[in-house]
This record gives sequence, structure tokens and C-alpha cells, in this order.
Amino acid sequence: MGSPAETDLAVGLDAATARRLFKQMALIRRFEERTEEQYTRARIGGYCHLAIGEEASSVGAIDALADGDCLFASYRDHATALAIGSPAAAVMAELFGKETGVAHGRGGSMHLLDVERRFFGGWGIVGAHLPIAAGAALALDQTGRPNAVLCQFGDGAVATGAFHEAMNLAAVWHLPIVFHVINNLYGMGTSVEQSSAEPELWKRAAAYRMHGERVDGNDVLAVREAATRLLEQARHDHQPSLLETITYRYRGHSVADAGKAYRTKEEILSWRERDPITRFGLLISERGLVGAAEIETVWQEVASEVNDAIDQALASAAPSRESLYDHLYGDPDTGEQFSRMRAGAPFGERGEEPSWPT
Amino acid sequence: MADVTYREALRRALDEELGRDESVFLMGEEIGRFEGSYKVTAGLWDKYGPTRVRETPISEEGFLGAGIGAAMMGLRPVVEVMTINFILVAMDQVINHAAKIRYMFGGTVGVPMVIRAPGGAGAQLTAQHSQSLEGWFAGCPGLKVVAPATPADAYGMLKTAIRDDDPVLFCENLIMYNVTGSIPDDPGYTVPFGRAQVIREGTDLTLVAHSYAVQRALRVADRLAQDGVAAEVVDLRSLRPLDVDTVAESVRKTNRVVVAEEGWSTFGVGAELAARISRVCFDDLDAPVERVGSAEVPMPYSKPLERAALPLESKIEAAARNLLAECGVL
Repeated sequence: MGSPAETDLAVGLDAATARRLFKQMALIRRFEERTEEQYTRARIGGYCHLAIGEEASSVGAIDALADGDCLFASYRDHATALAIGSPAAAVMAELFGKETGVAHGRGGSMHLLDVERRFFGGWGIVGAHLPIAAGAALALDQTGRPNAVLCQFGDGAVATGAFHEAMNLAAVWHLPIVFHVINNLYGMGTSVEQSSAEPELWKRAAAYRMHGERVDGNDVLAVREAATRLLEQARHDHQPSLLETITYRYRGHSVADAGKAYRTKEEILSWRERDPITRFGLLISERGLVGAAEIETVWQEVASEVNDAIDQALASAAPSRESLYDHLYGDPDTGEQFSRMRAGAPFGERGEEPSWPT
Repeated sequence: MADVTYREALRRALDEELGRDESVFLMGEEIGRFEGSYKVTAGLWDKYGPTRVRETPISEEGFLGAGIGAAMMGLRPVVEVMTINFILVAMDQVINHAAKIRYMFGGTVGVPMVIRAPGGAGAQLTAQHSQSLEGWFAGCPGLKVVAPATPADAYGMLKTAIRDDDPVLFCENLIMYNVTGSIPDDPGYTVPFGRAQVIREGTDLTLVAHSYAVQRALRVADRLAQDGVAAEVVDLRSLRPLDVDTVAESVRKTNRVVVAEEGWSTFGVGAELAARISRVCFDDLDAPVERVGSAEVPMPYSKPLERAALPLESKIEAAARNLLAECGVL
């Protein structure tokens, strides 16, 4: 059932927006469930971090972005890419390591991106993309663009030095950026209480004389309202901020973690009762914005979209071996510059192609 | 043009590039009002203002990361790291991010950023401020690493670095800031990467070096000349890309080679060169490639100890003479 806050925020919500937000969250849920299954079928390699349960935090904040805003995220980024609108087929193709993937099979699960939609990456080193996102905000500021950066990361990032340095730079330089900590209560298996001397993470903003606030991360409207307001403040007043959304991942840290050693069944169950998608579905059907039958239709649509995504990803080609060295450097003079490093190889290796099978 | 210092050559390149291209900006600790810890940016803050010459807090990871982000958006940051020793706290940004972004983004986003960092030893700056770490970076795909040894190259290569579309680690040397030489009177002057230079011709021995070790090698060549030995000095100028062809050409002529560097020899620039020379010049060598580097200890403070640790002319000369003696030349 909707909380009083949801009730207020739902006033003025139109049916199209309600359906869009619901569909994005449903798409992420179904996509992640099928991803888990595809992983067990060994179609996906490497690390794989699912965001099941965190849909409202991703969708609510990303829906608040305007044209020209920039988005940075951590490695738990399938939801990020889907929420910004990257085609599910291209995201799945990336997980499958295919040339048609959003990063041409170079990135995989942790390094999704979509430059056209100004999503500048899922990043794999905890906290390290925060200074880079601040630099993007610096460039927006310096070139007079009326935009802001949304930089998402997990609660684990808050303990890094890069977090502190990025927050401080953003504050002393008045950068147009919203730091968004998606607090799912655990960095791998370590709880926020264990790892943070101030477990109310939003309060850290005070150290930088920055606005901080915490909202219910399972309430898509609350997240969207806060992100809209803070992004506007970043764009117009050049005030950076720290937004904390409290949510929960139902799965373990990655597909290799059952997520049960450090959490109780009761705890997991209690969060499932506050499921962001069920909750929002009830709210919008009660309000008559999207009826129960229509919600069922949405679930069918996303199931079919994910099915198609898997089919397309399966049918796609892997990157060619000949493309191994593509895009290492971009400067037009690079080939000439490296030409004397040694004949036979582009960047100075011995030159003979290895004959081992790949 | 009249002789200028290496420092002035750098300053002039920065000034001209800031004037030429609005997307170029400088960032670093104390580079504004303070004019740079080593005064390379003197006068630029007054001329271009606090946005184009951005003073930063002591936050190497923060501002190197910010440089990367700004470069991804199309700006051309020139980030000064006060000394290369301080880049270690930001290693993640350089290696894990700057070097990899274009590749990871399939060529759609690049990082046209220059990191300027002086290194080197000899002023009793001790263990944490005397290192030459460029070899570590030169092994990383995605980076370019250059280390000019003359004012003209400092001027021309800094311009090339700023105009390059990829991340460039531009290694300066503290002792070299006051070395003088002429620079071309031409704001369009650039020096291409990947082109080593035979800075002195000879037939008996090749001395290969980069950065300040080149100046030492030239003095060693002078001393050897007094005994009738004609040493050729090859200034590498850039480490990645590395001009193996010019080195090989010289070794084919002299059949003997000593590589001198201020970093540690083990896994160093000389190690890399020795491997490549042995591959392409195996039949030309009269003796194994000789290496000279700093003593493999943390740099001590005491002057006699510091001198004992440095790859001074006397050590390079001794290595050269031993090699020549082995070959029956001296």
C-alpha cells in the first residue's frame, strides 16, 4: 500500500508517466531474472551483479535526467542502461560478449555504456568513477552548458578516498552534479553499520557544506521527485548534492554469492514485502492510472522484449579477432608514431599472431 | 632564438597552446597564484584566469579523475602532478581509467589529457621525492609516455602532447628545469612522438638514454672522445611509442650499447631495450647490452650516499669502458 508520501507524490501523476515508470522497472526485473538464468547456462562470463529489488532507485533517478545531462554508474549497471533507454537486445548482447553489444563486447556486465544517451559507463573500481563524473560536471560548467551529471554508486563507495576527493572538489568548484548513493545496506557482505562510522550516509554531505538527503529508495516517485529537484539545483544554482536512496538487493553481491551468509531469511523477506514494483503497481492501479489488466499486459510486453533480446544476442556475431587492437588509441598520428617500435605488430609485440585456439 | 631554459620552453608551450585552443586548460596544485611548485606555470594564471588555470586542492586522485572526465567531454586538460612521486596515489585513475577508456568505449570517447610530472633525483630530496617511475607507465597500453631531454624537445613535444587525442604522460626532470638550449621561434613547432634522435654521432659505442640521463650521456661521450672513442648518443625522447628502429640502426653501426636511465634497471627501460636489441640486433652485438640505473635502494639523504646511488657520469663511463675493454677496444 502507498505510504502518505507516495499518496502526495502521486497527485498529478499522469497515466502515461505511471505506465512508463512501471514498465521500466518491470523490464529491469524480468531482464535481471533472465540474465541470472542465462548465466547459469554459461552464456554470460565474468562477474555479474544483479539489481533485482533496486529498480525504483535506478528508474526514479534516471527518469529525472534532461536532454544533455550525463550519467555515470557503478558496475551494478544493467538497470542503469535499461533505465536510460539502451535497447535490451544491445545490453544482453554485451553480456553475451557480442559485437552488437553496447560496448561491442569489450565491456561485459560491469562496463555497459551508451554515449548517444550520455551514459558514460558502468565502472569497475569502487568509488573511482566519482572524480571522473566530477570532471564531466566541470566540463559542462566550463563550456557553459545548462546541464548536470548524475553519478550513481553503491554504499561501499562511500568509504573510499575517491568519494571524499570528488565530493570536496564538487563543492569547492560548485559543480553541477548529484552524487547518488544507492544504499542497498551491504557492500558485498559487509553492512553499512560495519563499514561506515556515520551509517546515515546522506549526513556526510555536511562535511562539504553540501545538501544531503535520504529518501525511500523503493518508492520510485520519491526518488524521482528528489532527483528532479536536486538535478535542477545542480543545473541552475550550481549546487552539488548527495542523494541517498535506501533499497535492497534480493540476490547476493554477484551471481557467485547466494547472499545468505550475512543476512537473515527474515530480513530478505521483510524487504520483499516492500517490493518497489508490486508497491508501485498497487498504487497506480488503485488510482486508476494503470489498471490491473494493463499491468498484466506490461509484464507480457517486457517478457517478450527480454525474450527477443536473448534471441538477438544469441544470433549476433562475436567481435572479430582482427578487431583486437581497434580503438586502443584514437589520434590520427598514432600508427605513424608506433611504426618504428618494431615491424609486424601495431604496438611493439613480436608480431607473430599466436596460433593457439581462441 | 636566444637560449631559454627547459622550464621556459615548457611555459612558452603552455602559454601558446592556451592561446591557440580554448579547450585547453591547466589544472594542478599551486599552479596559479603560487606559479607552480617549480614555476613552470609562472604568469599564466594572471594571463588566462582561474578557470583556464585551475588551482586544485591536494587531491591527486580527485583532480586526475576530474581531468579524465573533462577530457571525455571534449576538453584538453593539462594536469600538473607536482612530482611524479605523487602520481602513485592516483595510479588507479591513470592505469585503470585514462589508459583504458577509448578502448572500452569502442572509440566513441577518448581522453585527450596530458599529465605533466617532473621526476628525477640529485637535490637531496630523499626516498619519497627522487624517483623516476616512467618505465612503469610505459608498459601500459593506451598511454603514451614521453621524456624530452632538451628545451627544444620540451617545447615541441609538449605541444604534440596537448594536441594528441590520447592520454600522454609527459615526464619532466627537476634537475633539467635550468638546462638551457635554443627553441624554434615558431608557435607551430611540434616534435613527433616515436622518433628517437641521434643527438651525437659516433662509431664505437651507442649510449641510449632519455630525460636527464641524455645530458649525462653527452658528457660521458665527451670524456670518451679524449681517449679516441667515438660514442654515439641516442636520445629516446619517447618511451611509448618506443623508436626501436633508430636504436637498432645505431647498434648495427657500433655493435656495442649501454643503456643509461635514472630509474631502477630491474624491469626498467634498459631491460625493455635490451630485450628488443637482442631480438633485432643479435648478430650485430659484440657484447651483451649493458645497463646503468640508480642503485636499487630508497634514495638516501646524505650527499655522499645520494651520489653513490645516482647513475652519475662516472658510472655510465665506467660501464662504457668495461664494455669497450671486453671487446678489446680500450
